[in-house]
Amino acid sequence: MEVIWEGIKEAFLLIISGDPEIWAITWLTLKVSGTATAISLVIGLPLGTWLALRRFSGRGCLFSFINTGMAFPPVVIGLWVSIFLWRSGPLGNLGLIYTPAAMVIAQTIIATPIVIGLTIAALQQLNPYLRLQLLGLGASRLQVTFALWREARLPLLAALMAGFGSVISEVGASMMVGGNIKDQTRVLTTAIVLETSRGQFAIAVALGFILLFIAYLVNYFLTSFQQKGTQHREVQ
Amino acid sequence: MRRGSEFNLSIDHVDIYAGEVVAIVGPNGAGKSTLLLALSKLLEPKAGSISLRGQSIEQIADLEYRRQIALVLQEPLLLDTSVYNNIAAGLRFRGISKSEINQRIDEWLIRLNISHLKDRPASQLSGGQAQRVSLSRAMVLKPTLLLLDEPFSALDTPTRMALMQDLRNLLSETATTTIFITHDQEQAMFLGDRVAVLLDGKISQIDSPQTVFSSPIDTAVANFLGVENVLPGFVVDSKDGNMSIDVKGRQLEAIGNVVSGKEVLFCVRPEDIILWKTTDIPKSSARNHLAGQITSIANQGPLLQITLDCGFPLVVLITRASGQELDIESGMEVSATFKASVVHLIPR
Repeated sequence: MEVIWEGIKEAFLLIISGDPEIWAITWLTLKVSGTATAISLVIGLPLGTWLALRRFSGRGCLFSFINTGMAFPPVVIGLWVSIFLWRSGPLGNLGLIYTPAAMVIAQTIIATPIVIGLTIAALQQLNPYLRLQLLGLGASRLQVTFALWREARLPLLAALMAGFGSVISEVGASMMVGGNIKDQTRVLTTAIVLETSRGQFAIAVALGFILLFIAYLVNYFLTSFQQKGTQHREVQ
Repeated sequence: MRRGSEFNLSIDHVDIYAGEVVAIVGPNGAGKSTLLLALSKLLEPKAGSISLRGQSIEQIADLEYRRQIALVLQEPLLLDTSVYNNIAAGLRFRGISKSEINQRIDEWLIRLNISHLKDRPASQLSGGQAQRVSLSRAMVLKPTLLLLDEPFSALDTPTRMALMQDLRNLLSETATTTIFITHDQEQAMFLGDRVAVLLDGKISQIDSPQTVFSSPIDTAVANFLGVENVLPGFVVDSKDGNMSIDVKGRQLEAIGNVVSGKEVLFCVRPEDIILWKTTDIPKSSARNHLAGQITSIANQGPLLQITLDCGFPLVVLITRASGQELDIESGMEVSATFKASVVHLIPR
C-alpha cells in the first residue's frame, strides 16, 4: 500500500513540477498512439464499410482473419515489424528502426484490425434495407456511406476508443521497434517497464497513474461526444 | 428478372400513365418487391427495358434516375435524428437550398398532420406517426414516380384507415404517378385507379378495381382474390346477353355473350349470395335459386363463412347478426339466391 500511496504522491509531484522528461514521454505517447489511431481509422473505417456492405465469396473467411487480427499479440507484431525494418531487413534502408515512426507503424498494425472488425459489426447491425431506402431517396453512394456512418456513430466511436485503447496500453511492440531510447522513443508503457526493472516502483506507479489518466481523459471526451444527444433513446 | 438464384419476375408489357395510382396485388413471393426494386433501378433486369417518360432508364444515369423517383419501403426506416432532419434527408441529398427545404417541409408537415412532431426525435414516434414521416420524406421530393412497398402493413386498423384516406387525398391533389405494392385487396381497391394482379412473377390481369374483383380473368386470379365459388359448367343457351349455364346439372343464369356449348368457369363471390331459411322464397330480381344443406360454419370475425352442399359446394358469407336471426346451424336445409349480374364467367 505504501508503494501505491508513494506512487500517487510522486505522480502528483511530477505533474505539478512540470518535470520535462515526464512531459516529453507523455507527449510522445500521445503523438505516437494518436497518429497510429488516426491512420488506423483512415484505413479501417472505409475498408470495414466496404466489407460490411459487399457480398463476395470468401467473405466469412476474411472476417475470421480480421477478427483473429484483433487478438494478435502486440509483441508478435513488434517482432515482424522489427524484422522488416532491421538494418539488414527488406526495409532496412529506410532507417526507421528505433524511431517513433517505427512505433507508429507497429501500433497502426495493432489497431487497424480492431477498427475494421468493429466497423463491420457496427454497420451490420443496421437494418439492411436502410441502404436501399437511402438510395431510393436519391442519395449517392458516398452520401449513403456518410448517412450509415452517422446512424452507426455510437458503435463506430466505440471502435475508435477500442483502437486507441489497444495502442496506448501496449508495450511489447513499442519496446521491440522503438528500443525505449531516452528522449527519442521512450513512451509511458516502456518507461514503466524500465522503472520497474530498476526497482523504482514509486516512479513506475506514478507513470502508470499518468497513463491511466490520459487514457481516461481521451475516452472521456470521446464518450461525451458519443453520448451527446442520446437522451431521446432512454425509455420514456 | 432474377433475385438470388431464382427466376421470379417476367412481365410482358405494362404502361403506367402519368398521374395514375396502380396498385399491384399478389401473394408473398409473387415478385412484388422485386418489381419495385427494378423500378428503383436497384435491381437490373436480365432482359427487357423500363422506360420513364418514353426514355429507357438504362440511358439515364443511376443517380439522376433515382432523383426523379421516391421509394418508401415497408418499414419507415427513419434516421436517428429529428422528424425535420428525416424529411429533409432527400432534399439535402439533392443540394436543395435551406430556405426551400424549410418551405417544403412545413408544407408537408401540415398536409400529413404532423406539424407538432417537427422537432421530435424519430425514435419517439408511434408506428403511424413514423409512417407519416416516411411518406412526407418521399412526397416532399415531388417525385415523378412514387413507389410504395406495403406502407400500411405494420399499422393497426384505425391508424391504417386514417393514413390511407389522407394518402388517397394527397395523391389525388398532387396527381403523383404512384405504384403501390400490397397483398391487401381492400387497400388496392381503395387507393388504386387500376389494380394489377401479380402471380408467380407475371401480371395476370390489370384493370379497374371493380373489373378485377368482379371479373377475374382466370381461376388463379379468382382464387387469389377470394372468389371462392369457381364452378365448372357449360353454356346451354345465350341470347340477348342472357345466358343459361349448366353447372353440375343445375341451370343457373348469368349475363354475358359467351357462345352456346362453350365450357366456362362459373364464378360468384360468397358475399353476393343471400341465404334464406325457407325454400318458399318471395319473388325478387335474383334469377338464381339453389337449395342445399349447411355442411360447415366458420367464424371470420364479424362474418360467418357458410359452406352449403347444393350438389356442389357453395360458399356464402353472411354477417354474424344474420346468422343469429336465421338460427344457422350445421345440417340445416336452406336456400341460396343471387342475381345473374353478379356472376362472372371465365371461358375455359
